Order: sequence, then C-alpha cells, then structure tokens
Amino acid sequence: MSSAPLLETQNLGRKFGQLQVLSDFDLRVEAGEVLGIIGPNGAGKSTLLSVIGGSVGASTGRILLDNEDITRTSASWRARHGIATSYQIPRPFLEMTVLENLLVASTFAANARGKKAEDLAIGAMKSVGLEGYANNPASSLRLLDRKRLEVARALAANPRILLLDEIAGGLTESEVPELVDLIRHVSASGVTVIWIEHVVHALTAVATRLICLTYGRILAEGEPQAVLNSPEVRSVYLGLDPDGENEAESFVKNRPSEVQKEPNTHA
Amino acid sequence: MNLLDPLIQGILLGGLYALFAAGLSLMFGVMRIVNLAYGDFAVLAAYGTLIVVNAALISPLAALLIVAPAMAVLGYILQRTILQRTLGLSPLPSLLVTFGLSIIIQNLLLMFGSADQKRLSLGGVDTASITLPFDIRVGVFPLFIFLLAIVILSILSWVTAKTQYGRLVRAVSDDPATVDLQGVNPKQIYALATAIAFGLVAIAGLAAGVQTSFNPTSGSMLLIFAFEAVIIGGLGSLWGTLGGAMILGVAQTVGAAFAPAQQILAGHLVFLLFLAFLPNGLTRRKVRA
Repeated sequence: MSSAPLLETQNLGRKFGQLQVLSDFDLRVEAGEVLGIIGPNGAGKSTLLSVIGGSVGASTGRILLDNEDITRTSASWRARHGIATSYQIPRPFLEMTVLENLLVASTFAANARGKKAEDLAIGAMKSVGLEGYANNPASSLRLLDRKRLEVARALAANPRILLLDEIAGGLTESEVPELVDLIRHVSASGVTVIWIEHVVHALTAVATRLICLTYGRILAEGEPQAVLNSPEVRSVYLGLDPDGENEAESFVKNRPSEVQKEPNTHA
Repeated sequence: MNLLDPLIQGILLGGLYALFAAGLSLMFGVMRIVNLAYGDFAVLAAYGTLIVVNAALISPLAALLIVAPAMAVLGYILQRTILQRTLGLSPLPSLLVTFGLSIIIQNLLLMFGSADQKRLSLGGVDTASITLPFDIRVGVFPLFIFLLAIVILSILSWVTAKTQYGRLVRAVSDDPATVDLQGVNPKQIYALATAIAFGLVAIAGLAAGVQTSFNPTSGSMLLIFAFEAVIIGGLGSLWGTLGGAMILGVAQTVGAAFAPAQQILAGHLVFLLFLAFLPNGLTRRKVRA
C-alpha cells in the first residue's frame, strides 16, 4: 500500500453554466514533484488551478490535502495551509509598494511576523529580481514586472504547493532559463510545484511529470518526453503528424518563445 | 469685527466634525459603503450614554467605557449580518439599507424616548473655559475634543501606513478578492473596520451630546456635516478629512459672526464652492468608483 499523496483530486468537476470545463478529474501529486500541465486553450488548465487554489469552487468531486478533505474550505484557508497560486493575469495591490505587496502574503498567508515576514518577502523579491523596485508602487511596474511580482507573492506565502499559471508567457528567450533555474531552486527547497505553461521547453527542463489536458480530461500523462512524443499529444496539442519520428522534440526545441501580446488589464 | 475668535472656535468645532467624519471616511475607504445611518448611530450612542449615566450615576466619560465597546460590537454584528450582504458592484443596496436603518433608529428612539432635546452634562467641565491672549476664551471641552480628534486621526493614519493590519486594510480596499487568496477573509476586515468606525461614532456621539443638545432626529444633520467634511477634505484621506472639518467649522462660526441665524447655511455655501471648484477635495486623490 502506498502512502497518501500530498494532494489528490477525486472525480473533480467544474461546470460553468452548461459548459463542463473539468470532468471526473483524478490527480495524485506526490510531495516534491514538479508537475507540468499542457493542453490547448480552453482545455480547463486554469480552471483546474483555480479549483485547487480555492478561488473557484468544485461542482463535483473532492480535493484532498494530506488525505484530508479540503473541498469546502475557502481560498484564504488554503492560502494559510500552504497552497499558493501565481495567476496568469497579475493582480497586485496597485497602490502599495512592491515590498508591501509581498509583506501581505508573508504576514498573512505564511503567518510570519516581524523580521521573519520581512525576510520571506525580501527573499521572494530577490528571487524574481525585483529588489530594485522594493519601494516603487506596484502600479508603476510594467506588465512583465507585474508577472514577476505575482510569482514573488506566491513564493512569499512560503507554500508547500506552488501553483503556477503561465508564468513564462512574454519572457524573452534569455529570461526563460533564469525562470527555469528559479523553479528548480524552489523545487529543491522542498516545494511541490504544479505548473501550467505553453512555453513547453521551459516545462520539460524542470518537470518530473507531464500531463496533457484536453476538454477537461487527461489526454496523456507520464514522463515529459514520452508525453510529448505520444501520438495523441502530437495531434491534439502540437498539431503534428501523429506518426512522425522525433519531430516533437525538434518542434519543442526550435519553437520561438511565444512573445505573447497580452492585454494590459490594468490600463 | 474681530474674526480671530470665530476662527479659533471654528477650528475647534472642526475637531468635533473630524472625529465624527473619521468613522464615515473609514467605512467608505475600506468597503466603499456610504453609511447613511451614521449620524443616527451617533445619536443612538448619545442616548445609550444618557441611559448608562442615569442608571449607574456615573460621568458620561466613564459611561463611554461601556458604550463605545457596545457600539463596536453592534457594528461588528451589523456588518456580518446585514451590511455585508449589501456589498457588491452597485452602491445602491448599501445606500437603501443604511437609509432604512436610519429611519428605524430615529423611530425607535422616538418610541422609547421622547422628542425632547436632551443634553449630556460633564458637571462643570462642559462650560469651563480658559482665556488665551487677545482675550479669546476657549472652552475646555471643545479643546479636549479637538486634541482627541488629532490623537485618534494620528493613530488611525499610523496604523494604516505602518502596521501589518494597516497594510491589510489598504489591500482589502484595493482588491478584496486577491486578499482572500493571501490568507485573509476580507469579511473579517470589513467587520473589524465597521467595529472601529462604530467605536468612533460613540465617542463622536458623546462629544456632540455634550457640546450641543440632541433629539431623535439630530442624526441627519450630523451626517450632513460629516459628509461635507469628508468631501471638502477629499474622499479616503484622513488628514484631508481633518482639514475639511476645520474649513467647515470655520465657515460656520465665521458665518455666524456675520449673521447668527445663518451659521449652517454658511457651511453649506462653502461646501458648494468646493463641489464647484475643487470637486476632488483638498487632497485631490482620485477614488476608484
């Protein structure tokens, strides 16, 4: 008998109106894993993270943390119990400084006080390279720096499980390895990571396991390269000939870093 | 005509208005709730103080030690049970509900009390005065209230700017949904802010009850003064509120020096001038809708 995983979902489902975004979703995440999640747009990836993080409720099924049912707990409870999320669209507290933003997370999500809270916040700030902006209001940051702040805020919460939603989107080719190093470092410090990403080569560089989602279900799962080479993933996600040899690998390596033009939601 | 005397009396009167407006400003700043029953809660607190004074035969200041915490508890419960449900995209539900509360409180006070003017007495202190140079006499109690207002505003602005809970309050005011993701339920912060505002309203109610007389319907006028102070000062700024309150106080007392019957009108006129020429108030801070 294997011991209980750190995080488990059983028959997890989420409906928005008549749209079943997530259905019968069973997931086991062991402590220390870096689980990568890929899938076409609208596959339910972000919804999955939001349901685990608690900002969106589950319509059906259960979520277990350390074998304990947390399905009905609030987002703030989960934040205090070690589940931190870095969202795709950053929402910093605009009128507060970068450091103050991080102090809110380290004080209340990580339940640290005084010097300890400051150390956590400053550590998170340095790990994403925002230390030069400590006393600047978050409203003065460019979109990319806001994304850094969003990641730092999740780190300042001192999480056991870090949920990352497309944090590499928009980074330049030279910045991606830095990000990969950061996640590797976070993982090495004992944090379990679940990472949604379209920049596949960033994921494969650090993920211990890869899941490809489509229509709210698992299409393929396993060792990252094996998942990328599976015929289903090749045709559904990568849009390649399912039978071609080694094409997936070269596609992933040569893929430009997807400089996404995201709308600035805080304009 | 000697304008120095009304100027100083007006500034001191501003202390009372500032004390009163601080809670209103706090509730608006944190929750974007405009509490139309705020003045009536001050009057309720003044009646509560009167009841405690008569029952326990203690000074109103001692009674405040019972009434202020009681009002804070009332505020906490009110926020969790009623006001919380009115929060949302539209300001209309909270306006309607607090307006309804205002009518309920006024009528309850009429039912259980009477329409008579009441006053809280501090023995000799409320009429005592000291004489400043240029033969200006300043009431001890208004001076005390003015200093108290400055102390309370200093504490509030220090807490907001420098402490972890102040950061939390600013964060909630900015984006409550995100605060939820940082480990704190915003509803608790809302209830706490309301409790503090109601504790302040008890102090303001006592001060108003000592300096002027009150009856079950005096709350509406108190609310208007607090509103004017907040808007002249600029929404969401505590020190702006103090400035606005002093301008309003001075406008009223200087106006009264020219035409004693037109004290309140003079205040309203200055308020209208601000609305016309400085609609964002003294501090000119832009407020999110």
